[in-house]
Amino acid sequence: MTANLRRRKIYSGLFEALCALAVIVALIPLAMILFYVVKEGFGALNVDFFTHMPKPVGESGGGMANAIAGTLILICIAAAFAVPVGCLCGIHLSEYPGTKFSSVVRFAADVLNGVPSIVVGIFAYGILVLPVKRFSAIAGGVALGLLMIPIVVRTTEELLRLVPGGLREGALALGATRGRAVFSVIVPAALPGILTGILVALARVAGETAPLLFTAFNNRFWSTSLTQPIASLTVQVFTYAISPYDDWHRQAWAGAFLLVMMILALSILARLAVRRLERMNRS
Amino acid sequence: MKRSDDRSFRIGTGAFAALVLLIVAGIAFELTRQSTLSIAKFGLKFWTTRVWDPVSGDFGALPFIWGTLYSAILALLIATPVALGIAIFISELSPRILRQPLAYLTELLAAIPSIVYGLWGIFVLVPIVRKIEIAMGAKPALGVGMMAAALILAVMVIPFTSSVAREILKNVPATQREAAYALGATRWEAIKVAIGFGRTGIIGAVMLGFGRALGETMAVTMVIGNSPQISASLFKPQYTMAAVIANEFTEAADELYLHALIEIGLLLFIITVGVNLLSRLLIWSTKRRVITSAVMPVVVAEEVPA
Repeated sequence: MTANLRRRKIYSGLFEALCALAVIVALIPLAMILFYVVKEGFGALNVDFFTHMPKPVGESGGGMANAIAGTLILICIAAAFAVPVGCLCGIHLSEYPGTKFSSVVRFAADVLNGVPSIVVGIFAYGILVLPVKRFSAIAGGVALGLLMIPIVVRTTEELLRLVPGGLREGALALGATRGRAVFSVIVPAALPGILTGILVALARVAGETAPLLFTAFNNRFWSTSLTQPIASLTVQVFTYAISPYDDWHRQAWAGAFLLVMMILALSILARLAVRRLERMNRS
Repeated sequence: MKRSDDRSFRIGTGAFAALVLLIVAGIAFELTRQSTLSIAKFGLKFWTTRVWDPVSGDFGALPFIWGTLYSAILALLIATPVALGIAIFISELSPRILRQPLAYLTELLAAIPSIVYGLWGIFVLVPIVRKIEIAMGAKPALGVGMMAAALILAVMVIPFTSSVAREILKNVPATQREAAYALGATRWEAIKVAIGFGRTGIIGAVMLGFGRALGETMAVTMVIGNSPQISASLFKPQYTMAAVIANEFTEAADELYLHALIEIGLLLFIITVGVNLLSRLLIWSTKRRVITSAVMPVVVAEEVPA
């Protein structure tokens, strides 16, 4: 081996090692975050956390019952608005993939996906809070829905494309209209995947804080009214995290633990569903 | 009969697709409409002055723009080598069995909510940064500031850049690497050829990460210290555009104050949309090039016997 070749080989090995190091560097913060969330959060989690209201400053104990309910209400509003829009848009994109209109819409969905969530929050504030001069659950839910739409659009489109072409051709050959073929054959075949895609999108927006700060705002009390300010897990975690009280910090960790567990569970579920679809496609 | 059914299906679903376009346009319109007061009063001066005085109604956004760009660029400097290293390792070097799990784990970084990053930032990262600052003799050693923000942003951006870069590398035709190997290249030299082939797309991947870093709100708000000053110091507390909106929006008592904050939102919108458009174009053009050049060798091979 010439000296030159040896040098190049050492060089090669060095850079390969650096790449492996990069993976480790990225996994350290992931491990640290998960470790602290579990360590600090799991210990702070108890039955009271789910069933009790926040206590006033100075009294220990209490929970986030109102915030948990609030988050559930908010994501229901978001889903009610984003799922039909996102799915139908995704269906259109997968049925007419080549048209100019579709590529513009696909581009717009990507752009919307890149818009900072706080900006979407301002938009929701402008159209739903400012005219009535009141923060409301509706405004928060719509802000989250707007953030969900691009995710639902792209997952729906991608999953529908995984459905074997033979299914569509079969339906059309039997004389089904385009709509019939889509809604009775193609969508049902991809349904488990689309549903979990929606769940993942929900988990994603359930973790959003910024767009809720000035739409849903916050509420120390139990509220299920859609036209009133409402508490949410994330805003509550934020409020508690920047407070000076140890007891509130513990509750913030518990809230973070709940959020992370929910997201982990849903993303694993989604992975399994996609794998099943891919297997179906191959066979 | 059937044709008209198909047409109504097409138009019906198309209406919902058009709604997505409408939303993007609506955001631009609404942000402009809600910031007219501040646009009319300050004009371009808004972007170049550094006074932020809600009491006397004098607003300049320069410190926030500075903080946003500085933190995002620092984050990119840290995140890009790591993200590309991950992309290369997973797509070129890793044993096949590790590929999926590693890709999944790095993408998990993107799934963790911003608020959880922020919470971890306040209670774990900031004390670590404070120790570093004390060791380096920085005064005052606060922990919160630009360094903590850049570090946390870097971690949050890595999964976005690395997953797109991985996709690009995966799509580089095998012939590129085979040609390099045939000329006697080492493994790293062959990888360099692949990177060179996909460089436009990889720049796109980096820009996508940049767009994310610019708009990130909660985690940055919680660790950057929220003090509007322009400084190149890594340890001083600073402020970003997204953070000032998050902190002061509900406190904005008069209309001019609110309009000034929304104008910051408008600029953030314009910048992130611009960065995203550019990055999608770069990624898209690389993918197209990959497809056309993947077809090419077949044509050549057919021509040779003739």
